[in-house]
Amino acid sequence: MFAYIVRRLALMLVTLVGISVVVFFLLRVVPGNIVDILFDAAGFVDPADKANLERELGIDQPLALQYLHWIWGLLHGDLGYSYVSEKPALQEILPRIPITARLAGLALLFSASIGIPLGVISAVNQGSRLDYILRVVSLSGLSLPSFWLGLLILMASVSLFGNIPIFNPDPKTFGELFTTYCLPAMAVAFRSSALTMRITRSSMLEVLRQDYIRTARAKGASEASVNFNHALKNAILPVITVVGIEAAFLIGGLIVTETVFNIPGVARFLVEAIRWRDYPIVQNLVMFIAVVVVFANFTVDMLYAVFDPRIRYTD
Amino acid sequence: MRIVQALAAAVLSVLAASTVALAAEPKQGGIFRIYHRDSPGSASIHEAATYSINVPFMPVFNNLVIYKQDVAQNSLDSIVPDLAESWAWSGDKKTLTFKLRQGVKWHDGKPFTSADVKCTFDMLMGKSPQKFRQNPRKSWYDQVEDVTTNGDFEASFNLKRPQPSLLALLASGYTPVYPCHVSPAEMRTHPIGTGPFKFVEFKANESIKLTRNPDYFKKGLPHLDGIEFTIIPNRSTALLAFVAGKFDMTFPTEVSIPLLKDVKAQAPNAVCVVEPTNVSTNIIVNSSSAPFDNLDVRRAMALALDRKAFISIMFEGQADIGGTMLPAPGGLWSMPKEMLEAIPGYGPDIEANREAARKLMAKAGYGPDKHVQVKVSTRNIPVYRDPAVILIDQLKTIYVDAELDVVDTAQWFPKVARKDYVLGLNLTGNAVDDPDQSFYENYSCGSERNYTNYCNKDIEKLFDEQSVETDVNKRKKLVWEIDKKLQEDVARPIIFHIHAGTCWQPYVKGVTIMVNGSYNGYRYEDVWLDK
Repeated sequence: MFAYIVRRLALMLVTLVGISVVVFFLLRVVPGNIVDILFDAAGFVDPADKANLERELGIDQPLALQYLHWIWGLLHGDLGYSYVSEKPALQEILPRIPITARLAGLALLFSASIGIPLGVISAVNQGSRLDYILRVVSLSGLSLPSFWLGLLILMASVSLFGNIPIFNPDPKTFGELFTTYCLPAMAVAFRSSALTMRITRSSMLEVLRQDYIRTARAKGASEASVNFNHALKNAILPVITVVGIEAAFLIGGLIVTETVFNIPGVARFLVEAIRWRDYPIVQNLVMFIAVVVVFANFTVDMLYAVFDPRIRYTD
Repeated sequence: MRIVQALAAAVLSVLAASTVALAAEPKQGGIFRIYHRDSPGSASIHEAATYSINVPFMPVFNNLVIYKQDVAQNSLDSIVPDLAESWAWSGDKKTLTFKLRQGVKWHDGKPFTSADVKCTFDMLMGKSPQKFRQNPRKSWYDQVEDVTTNGDFEASFNLKRPQPSLLALLASGYTPVYPCHVSPAEMRTHPIGTGPFKFVEFKANESIKLTRNPDYFKKGLPHLDGIEFTIIPNRSTALLAFVAGKFDMTFPTEVSIPLLKDVKAQAPNAVCVVEPTNVSTNIIVNSSSAPFDNLDVRRAMALALDRKAFISIMFEGQADIGGTMLPAPGGLWSMPKEMLEAIPGYGPDIEANREAARKLMAKAGYGPDKHVQVKVSTRNIPVYRDPAVILIDQLKTIYVDAELDVVDTAQWFPKVARKDYVLGLNLTGNAVDDPDQSFYENYSCGSERNYTNYCNKDIEKLFDEQSVETDVNKRKKLVWEIDKKLQEDVARPIIFHIHAGTCWQPYVKGVTIMVNGSYNGYRYEDVWLDK
C-alpha cells in the first residue's frame, strides 16, 4: 500500500509538470498579451514604450527561459507579480482561495447530503409517485444552468424580501453567512446533487436485486438496515467516483455562480486574469486548480479502499 | 378674524420657506455607494483610455481648471478654476498662464506647487525622465512647446501656435495634476491627489474605497464621508442590487434603454436620466481592401444605412443621428439639420437612398447576380455585436452578403490597429466635445487611432485652420465643412450617437450627468445624501 501511494504521488508530480507545460505554452499561443491590450486599447503607441514594458515584464525573453523562470520561482514560493495590479501574485491569489474553498466545500456537502438520501429513497420506492416526483426534480436539476438558477434566486430575493444575497465580505450574523455562502452553494449544488441522486438511484436499484439483499431480508433485517447497511454500502462506489469528478468540475460551475452572486473568489478572478492575459495569475491559478483536482482524484481512489474492503492497492 | 388669518398665513409661509431652505441645505456625512461595471486595470487616470478609471479616481484629484460639475453641458464657458485661481491668454494667444492656489496639500501632506504642474505635463509630453507605462493622450499636447514656471505658484503653457481648445482639454477629467514626488508606478496602485477624497484601497475585482479629505482646500466640501465602489461586472446582478437598495447610484451612463424600463418598474422612486454619452457607433472601412478600395462601393454602403432603424431597435428611438461631432442639443459643434440631411445617406427617403446605392453598386460591377462577400468584424460584446447584426441585414439591400466576425476584446484593438479587417463596427468615445480632440485623433493622417487609413491632406489643412481659430462662430462653420466632407468621403460612416441611462436613489442630491462628455463629471464633491 505504501509503495502504491508513493508511486501515485510520483505519477501526480509528472502529471503536474505536464500540466504546467501545457498551461504555459497554451497561454502564449492565445493571440495578444497584456502589452497589446494596454497599448492598442489606448492608441498613440510609441513602439519604444511598448518594447520597454515588454522588457520590464520579461515577456520579451525566449519562452523556454520564461517557463524555467516561472518554475524556479514556483519551487521557491515566488509566484511573480500580477501584470495588472503590480502586486505579488501570491498576495492576489491567497485571499481568494478560502472564499472559493468554502463555496466548493458547501456545494459538495449539499450535493452529497441531498443527492445520496434522495437517490436511496427514489430507488427504494421505485415506480411510486414519490419516485417519479424525485426523478422529475433531478431531471430539472440537470437541465437548469446554475447561472440561471442563481439569477432566479437573486430575483426572488429582491421581489420577496427586498434584499439581494450578493457577497458580503464581512458576514456578522448567521443570516448574512447563509446568504453569502449557502445560497450560491445551493445554486451550484442543485445540478450536482441531481446527478448524485440519479447515480445513487441506479446503483441502488442494481444492488437491491442482488441475492445478498434477499438473504438479509430473509434473515429478518429491518428495511432501514437492508437499505443503508447492506445496499447503500455496496452501491456507494460509483457515487464516490461521481462526487470526485464533480469536485474537479466544480470550478467550472463556480465561475458562473461567482459572477452572478458577485463573489470575489478564485474562479471569477481567473476569468478576469485571462481577459487581461495576466500570465502570472493565470498560470499559477490553473496550477493550483490542477493540484486540487489531482489530489481529489487521489483521495477518491483511497476512499475506494475504505468503503470496499475487497479493494487492496498493491504493487 | 382677517388679521388672525393673515398672521397665520404669514407664519405658515415663513415656516414653509424655512423648511424649503433647510431641505436644500446639503447634509454632511454618509457613504456614497456605487457599483462599478468592471475592475479597472489601474488607478492612474493619465494611463487610462476608459472612463472605468475616471469614475472612481477623479474624486481623488484636481485639475488646473475643470468643467463646472453642476453644469451638464461642457463648454469653454463652463470651465472654472480648480488648482488654478485664474488663467490668462497672452496677446498672441500662444501662452496660457495659470496663477495657482496657495496652501494646497497633497494627501500625503506635501505642499502642491507649480513644479507639480510642470512635472505632470512634462511626463504627458514625454519630456521627463519618469515615464508613464502608457500615455494615451500624448497627442493632446502636440502644440505645447513646453511648460514653464514662475515661482511656486505660476505655470505657463507655451504653445507652438494658438490652440484655444487647450483649455477644454485641460478641463477634462482625463487631465488631473499629479504629484512630482510620487512615481507613476505608485500612482497606478495608490494614487495621491489633492482632491476631495483620499484613496483608501483598491481590491481588484472587489471594491474601491475613498474617504473624505478633511484638509480639502475648498472649504465645506466634500459633503460625503466617503465613496465606495463595489465591482459587479454582471449587469443583471448590479441592477438588481440597485433596485434592492444596496447602492445609491448605478454606474454612470451604463444602463441601457430597455434595462432602464425594468429599473423604473421595480424601483419607481429612483431618479433616472438618459443622456448622450458622446460615443458614436460607426463603420470602419479598410479602404485598401477590395471592393471597398472603390469609393463608389463605400458610398453605396453609406447610402444603404437606415439610421432610424438602428435607433428604434436598439434605443427605442432615444439616440441621435449626426456626423462626427456630437449632435445638438447635447453637442456644441454639430452641423445644422438641413446641412446634415443634404449629405448622401442622411436624407429621410431610405428607399431612394438605397436605389442610388444599387446604381453605384451596378457601376462597380455588383448586382443581383454578383454579390459582395464580406465579413463584418466587431467586438464580442452586445453594444458592438447588436448594431453589427443590423448592419449586416441592411447591407443585403445592396447585394452585400456579410458575415458576422466576432472578436474577443483582447484581440479587437490589435486587429483593428494592424488593419486586419475589411468592414468593422466600432465605437468611438470622445473625452471632450471639441473638434481638435476628435479630428486629429480619428482622421489625421499619422494618427494611431485613424483605423481606416483615411488620409486627406486638404482636410488636414482645415483641421489646423479650425484649431487656431479663436472666433467660435467662424470655427463652427469650419468644423461643419470638415464634418460634411468626412461623411461624404465615407471616412468612417457614423451610424448613430449613443444615449445611456443613469439612475440614483431619490435621497442622492447634487449629481449631474454631463450631456457631451462621459469622462468629465465625477468629482462628486457636491454630492450629498438627504437621509
